[in-house]
Amino acid sequence: MDLSMLWYLVPSVIMFTAGVFGFVTRKNMIAMLISLELILNSADLNFVIFNRFLFPGQMEGMIFTLFAIAIAAAETAVAIAIIINIYRSIGNTDINSAKEMRH
Amino acid sequence: MDSVANIILYFIVAIAMVVFSVMTVTTRKILRSATYLLFVLLSTAFFYFQLGYQFLGAVQIAVYAGGIMVLFVFSILLTRHPDEKAALLTHHKRFLGISLSVVSLVVLLFALFKMPLLHGKSLTEMIAAGNDITMQEIGHALVGTEKFQYLLPFEAVSVLLLACIIGGVVVARKR
Repeated sequence: MDLSMLWYLVPSVIMFTAGVFGFVTRKNMIAMLISLELILNSADLNFVIFNRFLFPGQMEGMIFTLFAIAIAAAETAVAIAIIINIYRSIGNTDINSAKEMRH
Repeated sequence: MDSVANIILYFIVAIAMVVFSVMTVTTRKILRSATYLLFVLLSTAFFYFQLGYQFLGAVQIAVYAGGIMVLFVFSILLTRHPDEKAALLTHHKRFLGISLSVVSLVVLLFALFKMPLLHGKSLTEMIAAGNDITMQEIGHALVGTEKFQYLLPFEAVSVLLLACIIGGVVVARKR
Protein backbone atom coordinates (compact mmCIF):
# COMPACT_ATOMS: atom_id res chain seq x y z
CA MET A 1 0.00 0.00 0.00
CA ASP A 2 1.36 3.36 -1.01
CA LEU A 3 0.71 6.79 0.40
CA SER A 4 0.04 8.56 -2.89
CA MET A 5 -0.95 12.16 -3.44
CA LEU A 6 -4.67 11.42 -3.29
CA TRP A 7 -4.41 10.23 0.29
CA TYR A 8 -3.25 13.63 1.41
CA LEU A 9 -5.65 15.60 -0.78
CA VAL A 10 -8.84 13.93 0.51
CA PRO A 11 -8.58 15.14 4.17
CA SER A 12 -7.73 18.58 2.79
CA VAL A 13 -10.92 18.58 0.67
CA ILE A 14 -13.01 17.54 3.68
CA MET A 15 -11.44 20.32 5.77
CA PHE A 16 -12.29 22.82 3.02
CA THR A 17 -15.95 21.79 2.82
CA ALA A 18 -16.25 21.86 6.62
CA GLY A 19 -14.96 25.44 6.46
CA VAL A 20 -17.53 26.34 3.80
CA PHE A 21 -20.32 24.86 5.93
CA GLY A 22 -19.22 26.82 8.99
CA PHE A 23 -18.84 30.05 7.06
CA VAL A 24 -22.39 29.78 5.71
CA THR A 25 -24.12 28.67 8.91
CA ARG A 26 -22.35 30.56 11.72
CA LYS A 27 -23.72 33.84 13.03
CA ASN A 28 -20.94 34.82 15.41
CA MET A 29 -18.16 36.71 13.65
CA ILE A 30 -15.35 34.96 15.53
CA ALA A 31 -16.82 31.57 14.59
CA MET A 32 -16.93 32.70 10.95
CA LEU A 33 -13.27 33.69 11.23
CA ILE A 34 -12.45 30.24 12.61
CA SER A 35 -14.19 28.61 9.61
CA LEU A 36 -12.24 30.91 7.29
CA GLU A 37 -9.06 29.72 8.98
CA LEU A 38 -10.02 26.11 8.12
CA ILE A 39 -10.45 27.00 4.42
CA LEU A 40 -7.12 28.84 4.36
CA ASN A 41 -5.37 25.95 6.08
CA SER A 42 -6.61 23.43 3.52
CA ALA A 43 -5.35 25.67 0.69
CA ASP A 44 -1.92 25.89 2.37
CA LEU A 45 -1.83 22.11 2.76
CA ASN A 46 -2.64 21.69 -0.95
CA PHE A 47 0.28 23.91 -1.98
CA VAL A 48 2.68 21.77 0.03
CA ILE A 49 1.25 18.47 -1.23
CA PHE A 50 1.49 19.53 -4.89
CA ASN A 51 5.03 20.75 -4.27
CA ARG A 52 6.11 17.43 -2.78
CA PHE A 53 4.45 15.09 -5.25
CA LEU A 54 4.71 16.95 -8.55
CA PHE A 55 7.90 19.04 -8.19
CA PRO A 56 10.00 17.34 -5.50
CA GLY A 57 13.22 19.05 -6.57
CA GLN A 58 11.93 22.58 -5.94
CA MET A 59 10.47 24.39 -2.93
CA GLU A 60 8.20 27.06 -4.43
CA GLY A 61 5.05 25.64 -2.85
CA MET A 62 6.69 25.68 0.58
CA ILE A 63 7.79 29.31 0.22
CA PHE A 64 4.30 30.26 -0.95
CA THR A 65 2.80 28.60 2.12
CA LEU A 66 5.29 30.42 4.37
CA PHE A 67 4.11 33.77 2.97
CA ALA A 68 0.47 32.67 3.15
CA ILE A 69 0.87 31.84 6.87
CA ALA A 70 2.42 35.26 7.55
CA ILE A 71 -0.38 37.06 5.70
CA ALA A 72 -3.04 34.94 7.44
CA ALA A 73 -1.63 35.99 10.83
CA ALA A 74 -1.80 39.67 9.83
CA GLU A 75 -5.33 39.32 8.47
CA THR A 76 -6.57 37.55 11.61
CA ALA A 77 -5.10 40.23 13.89
CA VAL A 78 -6.81 43.06 11.99
CA ALA A 79 -10.11 41.16 11.78
CA ILE A 80 -10.11 40.53 15.53
CA ALA A 81 -9.36 44.22 16.18
CA ILE A 82 -12.38 45.14 14.05
CA ILE A 83 -14.58 42.56 15.82
CA ILE A 84 -13.60 43.91 19.25
CA ASN A 85 -14.37 47.43 18.06
CA ILE A 86 -17.81 46.32 16.85
CA TYR A 87 -18.40 44.58 20.19
CA ARG A 88 -17.63 47.85 22.01
CA SER A 89 -20.17 49.80 19.99
CA ILE A 90 -23.09 47.36 19.64
CA GLY A 91 -22.54 44.96 22.55
CA ASN A 92 -22.35 41.62 20.73
CA THR A 93 -20.53 39.97 17.83
CA ASP A 94 -23.57 38.78 15.93
CA ILE A 95 -23.28 39.25 12.17
CA ASN A 96 -26.97 40.20 11.83
CA SER A 97 -26.82 43.06 14.32
CA ALA A 98 -23.89 44.69 12.52
CA LYS A 99 -25.84 45.67 9.43
CA GLU A 100 -24.11 49.02 9.18
CA MET A 101 -20.51 49.76 10.05
CA ARG A 102 -20.89 53.37 11.26
CA HIS A 103 -21.61 53.82 14.95
CA MET B 1 6.43 1.25 -0.82
CA ASP B 2 5.88 3.13 2.40
CA SER B 3 6.68 1.78 5.82
CA VAL B 4 3.83 0.41 7.93
CA ALA B 5 4.51 2.87 10.76
CA ASN B 6 4.19 5.78 8.32
CA ILE B 7 0.85 4.50 7.05
CA ILE B 8 -0.54 3.92 10.55
CA LEU B 9 0.55 7.41 11.63
CA TYR B 10 -1.03 8.83 8.49
CA PHE B 11 -4.36 7.18 9.27
CA ILE B 12 -4.42 8.37 12.88
CA VAL B 13 -3.66 11.96 11.91
CA ALA B 14 -5.96 12.03 8.87
CA ILE B 15 -8.93 10.72 10.89
CA ALA B 16 -8.19 13.24 13.66
CA MET B 17 -8.03 16.02 11.08
CA VAL B 18 -11.36 15.12 9.47
CA VAL B 19 -13.20 14.57 12.77
CA PHE B 20 -11.91 17.73 14.42
CA SER B 21 -12.55 19.94 11.40
CA VAL B 22 -16.17 18.75 11.29
CA MET B 23 -16.50 19.26 15.05
CA THR B 24 -15.04 22.78 14.74
CA VAL B 25 -17.96 23.91 12.64
CA THR B 26 -20.71 21.90 14.37
CA THR B 27 -20.08 22.43 18.10
CA ARG B 28 -22.24 25.09 19.75
CA LYS B 29 -19.73 26.32 22.32
CA ILE B 30 -17.29 28.64 20.62
CA LEU B 31 -14.36 28.06 22.96
CA ARG B 32 -14.56 24.35 22.14
CA SER B 33 -14.64 25.24 18.47
CA ALA B 34 -11.35 27.16 18.92
CA THR B 35 -9.82 24.17 20.72
CA TYR B 36 -10.80 21.80 17.93
CA LEU B 37 -9.29 24.25 15.44
CA LEU B 38 -6.04 23.97 17.38
CA PHE B 39 -6.09 20.18 16.92
CA VAL B 40 -6.73 20.59 13.18
CA LEU B 41 -3.77 22.97 12.90
CA LEU B 42 -1.52 20.58 14.81
CA SER B 43 -2.46 17.65 12.56
CA THR B 44 -1.72 19.84 9.53
CA ALA B 45 1.69 20.54 11.04
CA PHE B 46 2.18 16.79 11.39
CA PHE B 47 1.40 16.36 7.67
CA TYR B 48 4.04 18.99 6.87
CA PHE B 49 6.57 17.04 8.94
CA GLN B 50 5.61 13.77 7.25
CA LEU B 51 5.94 15.34 3.79
CA GLY B 52 9.50 16.35 4.65
CA TYR B 53 9.08 20.10 5.29
CA GLN B 54 10.35 20.38 8.86
CA PHE B 55 10.78 24.16 8.83
CA LEU B 56 7.24 24.69 7.56
CA GLY B 57 5.83 22.42 10.27
CA ALA B 58 7.70 24.39 12.92
CA VAL B 59 6.37 27.67 11.48
CA GLN B 60 2.84 26.27 11.44
CA ILE B 61 3.06 25.32 15.12
CA ALA B 62 4.72 28.58 16.18
CA VAL B 63 2.57 31.03 14.20
CA TYR B 64 -0.80 29.28 14.05
CA ALA B 65 -0.93 27.17 17.20
CA GLY B 66 1.09 29.63 19.26
CA GLY B 67 0.06 33.02 17.90
CA ILE B 68 -3.31 32.98 16.18
CA MET B 69 -4.93 30.58 18.66
CA VAL B 70 -4.00 32.87 21.57
CA LEU B 71 -5.61 35.76 19.67
CA PHE B 72 -8.77 33.71 19.11
CA VAL B 73 -9.05 32.59 22.72
CA PHE B 74 -8.49 36.11 24.05
CA SER B 75 -11.04 37.64 21.71
CA ILE B 76 -13.61 34.94 22.56
CA LEU B 77 -13.13 35.57 26.29
CA LEU B 78 -13.37 39.34 25.74
CA THR B 79 -16.61 39.23 23.77
CA ARG B 80 -18.64 36.33 25.18
CA HIS B 81 -19.34 34.35 28.28
CA PRO B 82 -17.48 31.02 27.86
CA ASP B 83 -20.53 28.88 28.71
CA GLU B 84 -22.83 30.67 26.30
CA LYS B 85 -24.13 28.43 23.52
CA ALA B 86 -24.73 29.51 19.98
CA ALA B 87 -28.37 29.62 18.90
CA LEU B 88 -29.71 26.56 17.10
CA LEU B 89 -29.52 26.76 13.35
CA THR B 90 -32.63 27.70 11.47
CA HIS B 91 -33.92 25.13 9.04
CA HIS B 92 -33.21 27.29 6.03
CA LYS B 93 -29.60 28.08 7.01
CA ARG B 94 -28.76 24.47 7.80
CA PHE B 95 -30.18 23.33 4.46
CA LEU B 96 -28.16 25.98 2.63
CA GLY B 97 -24.93 25.09 4.44
CA ILE B 98 -25.28 21.33 4.04
CA SER B 99 -26.24 21.53 0.37
CA LEU B 100 -23.38 23.92 -0.45
CA SER B 101 -20.75 21.84 1.31
CA VAL B 102 -22.03 18.50 0.00
CA VAL B 103 -22.12 19.81 -3.57
CA SER B 104 -18.59 21.17 -3.33
CA LEU B 105 -17.37 17.97 -1.66
CA VAL B 106 -18.84 15.79 -4.42
CA VAL B 107 -17.49 18.00 -7.21
CA LEU B 108 -14.00 18.21 -5.72
CA LEU B 109 -13.76 14.48 -4.95
CA PHE B 110 -15.02 13.65 -8.46
CA ALA B 111 -12.34 15.90 -9.94
CA LEU B 112 -9.67 14.37 -7.70
CA PHE B 113 -10.49 10.78 -8.55
CA LYS B 114 -10.82 11.48 -12.29
CA MET B 115 -7.42 13.19 -12.52
CA PRO B 116 -4.80 10.70 -13.80
CA LEU B 117 -1.97 13.00 -12.70
CA LEU B 118 -2.79 12.44 -9.05
CA HIS B 119 -2.50 8.64 -8.93
CA GLY B 120 1.24 8.69 -8.94
CA LYS B 121 4.17 7.57 -6.92
CA SER B 122 4.38 6.94 -3.20
CA LEU B 123 5.63 9.38 -0.60
CA THR B 124 8.91 7.55 0.05
CA GLU B 125 9.85 7.67 -3.65
CA MET B 126 9.05 11.36 -3.88
CA ILE B 127 11.03 12.20 -0.76
CA ALA B 128 13.95 10.24 -2.19
CA ALA B 129 13.56 12.05 -5.54
CA GLY B 130 13.77 15.51 -3.99
CA ASN B 131 16.90 16.77 -2.32
CA ASP B 132 16.71 17.57 1.37
CA ILE B 133 15.70 21.17 2.03
CA THR B 134 18.26 22.58 4.41
CA MET B 135 17.81 25.67 6.53
CA GLN B 136 20.61 27.31 4.54
CA GLU B 137 18.69 26.90 1.26
CA ILE B 138 15.54 28.40 2.78
CA GLY B 139 17.53 31.37 4.07
CA HIS B 140 19.15 31.97 0.69
CA ALA B 141 15.78 31.68 -1.08
CA LEU B 142 14.18 34.21 1.27
CA VAL B 143 16.79 36.97 0.99
CA GLY B 144 18.16 36.55 -2.54
CA THR B 145 17.22 38.51 -5.66
CA GLU B 146 17.89 35.86 -8.34
CA LYS B 147 15.36 33.60 -10.02
CA PHE B 148 13.41 31.53 -7.44
CA GLN B 149 14.53 33.84 -4.65
CA TYR B 150 12.13 36.02 -2.76
CA LEU B 151 13.58 39.21 -1.28
CA LEU B 152 10.79 41.46 -2.59
CA PRO B 153 7.85 39.47 -1.16
CA PHE B 154 9.80 39.11 2.08
CA GLU B 155 10.14 42.89 2.43
CA ALA B 156 6.53 43.40 1.34
CA VAL B 157 5.37 41.05 4.10
CA SER B 158 7.46 42.95 6.65
CA VAL B 159 5.81 46.26 5.60
CA LEU B 160 2.41 44.52 5.71
CA LEU B 161 3.04 43.32 9.27
CA LEU B 162 4.04 46.84 10.33
CA ALA B 163 0.88 48.26 8.75
CA CYS B 164 -1.09 45.52 10.49
CA ILE B 165 0.34 46.39 13.92
CA ILE B 166 -0.54 50.07 13.45
CA GLY B 167 -3.97 49.20 12.04
CA GLY B 168 -4.75 46.83 14.91
CA VAL B 169 -3.81 49.42 17.53
CA VAL B 170 -5.74 52.22 15.81
CA VAL B 171 -8.89 50.17 15.25
CA ALA B 172 -9.11 48.51 18.67
CA ARG B 173 -7.98 51.35 20.96
CA LYS B 174 -10.37 52.97 23.43
CA ARG B 175 -11.74 56.34 22.34
